[in-house]
Amino acid sequence: MLSKQDVEHVAKLARIELNEQEKKKYQEQLGKVLDYFDKLKKVKTDGIETADGGTRGLKNVWREDENKTQDTINKTQDLIKMAPEKKDGQIKVKSVF
Amino acid sequence: MIKELHQKLINKKVSATELIQEYLDRIKKSDPVKSDGAGLNAFITVTDKDAMVQAKDIDNRITKGEKLPILAGIPASIKDVIMTQGVQTTAGSKILEKYIAPYDATLVRKLKDQGMIMLGKNNCDEFAMGSSNENSGYGPVKNPYDKTRVSGGSSGGSAVSVADNLSVYSIGTDTGGSVRQPAAFCGVVGLKPTYGAVSRYGLIAMASSLDQAGVLASSVEDVKIVFDVIKGRDTFDSTSIEIKRNKKEIKGNNLKNLKIGIPKEYFTRLDSARQVSGIDKEIEDSVKNAIKKCEELGAEIVEVSLPHTEYALAVYYIIMPAEVSANLARYDGIRYGQKEKAKNLFEVYSKSRAKYLGEEVKRRIMLGTYILSAGYYDAYYKKAQQVRTLIKKDFEDVFQKIDLLITPTTPHSAFKLGEKINDPLTMYLEDVFTVPVNVAGLPAISLPCGKTKNNLPIGMQLIGSWMSEEVLFGVGEVLEKGLGNKG
Repeated sequence: MLSKQDVEHVAKLARIELNEQEKKKYQEQLGKVLDYFDKLKKVKTDGIETADGGTRGLKNVWREDENKTQDTINKTQDLIKMAPEKKDGQIKVKSVF
Repeated sequence: MIKELHQKLINKKVSATELIQEYLDRIKKSDPVKSDGAGLNAFITVTDKDAMVQAKDIDNRITKGEKLPILAGIPASIKDVIMTQGVQTTAGSKILEKYIAPYDATLVRKLKDQGMIMLGKNNCDEFAMGSSNENSGYGPVKNPYDKTRVSGGSSGGSAVSVADNLSVYSIGTDTGGSVRQPAAFCGVVGLKPTYGAVSRYGLIAMASSLDQAGVLASSVEDVKIVFDVIKGRDTFDSTSIEIKRNKKEIKGNNLKNLKIGIPKEYFTRLDSARQVSGIDKEIEDSVKNAIKKCEELGAEIVEVSLPHTEYALAVYYIIMPAEVSANLARYDGIRYGQKEKAKNLFEVYSKSRAKYLGEEVKRRIMLGTYILSAGYYDAYYKKAQQVRTLIKKDFEDVFQKIDLLITPTTPHSAFKLGEKINDPLTMYLEDVFTVPVNVAGLPAISLPCGKTKNNLPIGMQLIGSWMSEEVLFGVGEVLEKGLGNKG
């Protein structure tokens, strides 16, 4: 079982509002799944490298920045169209502070 | 099926318009969920108007005597986690309801260049999270063999689409088994390529070190034809690679000179102490029967061991939610998706996500956030990534001695709707044979190899070494004939 504070802390980090019922449910469910992970304690991993995430021999493939073309400007506008709130070709957000 | 249809089209035995109309009629009849609950629900969006326009275009090209690529005019469907320009793309989630993709995924563009006609977007578990397609924001998908049972997931709609001939092939995604498991549950062929073989550009990301687009179709040949189009290095996905030609060739109609490994850990019976999900006897018998067939066809069968198999599920369920928690942070009501009314910016995030994300998605985000949070990172995430290295090494060692592995695809056949939805861990155990493949980045294919006494499909899994898709296809085709699978 996770503590209620743990669940509330994680929910805050994850930016997901939970009601009291959900907090109880996650305390139990997450606790059970985390208990399952205890089996990894049996594996000796001293000196073992962490996996490289699926691809070997990665190298930097960044290119130089290029100036905008009309095509990229159009594409930008296509993307902004999908925002729930926009104004003057910009995405609208509540103030951060 | 693709080659035959292609011949029919170019020889004008059937027009593309007739063909597409036939498929659309079938979808209309079998798919929509009606008031009595009937309906497979394999599609979230059906693009019938666009499909008919594309069909007319193909017919014009045929009339003009143009030489057409093999996939031209062939009806396909795409899992709804893949971006298709101008078409609603929901990822099976309410948070993206009415979201219109502004661009095509690279694999979609490649298929369109070959004249693919897309019939629609397949239903899936929300953000590809699930093993039954019961986590969709748009209703569960039913198994055509028994509509009280699940299709499997997360590419449930894709598998059902092919199984019920609502599309000739479908593109799904596989992060922990999401192409192979529903393929097994629905009696179709499902390929998860080597990690990097197919560009992930345009895939709505779930777990970036594990995700891979895959192909579902009714025969190995069809899967191969589609894979050959979508594979390849893409500048928009720096983890994508070219699949180099494999030296091992499967010649003739036999499996001589092939060494097949049978990993003993995949044939364990239910062991509640170690919490390994044992396989049903029917599945074990069916897969062992197929292995015997391989031996008859000339293959050498070798028992092997993958000692860290029992840890793969834990490794997967640590790494995957961690990556999910990062990848789904973008669904915050700002740039796209549904947005809830709120007093301040924090609440825009927390209320929008609370309202529009489904239960399993929230669960995995929470789990991943916890795993990556200060104080727990070393114990969980770092440990899991170290064990991941050991799992990969198990496979590297074993592939020194054998050419491919055979295992069951799933521990059970399709379970009943609602049967496993209340216990997340029980559901996660359904992935026990498929996740090690994603953890290691290997290619694997699920082939139908029999039915249970309830007439439910059983799938066997062929796992190849990195970049050995051609071996999988070669063996798969020989086995298909040997087992008498209908093409």
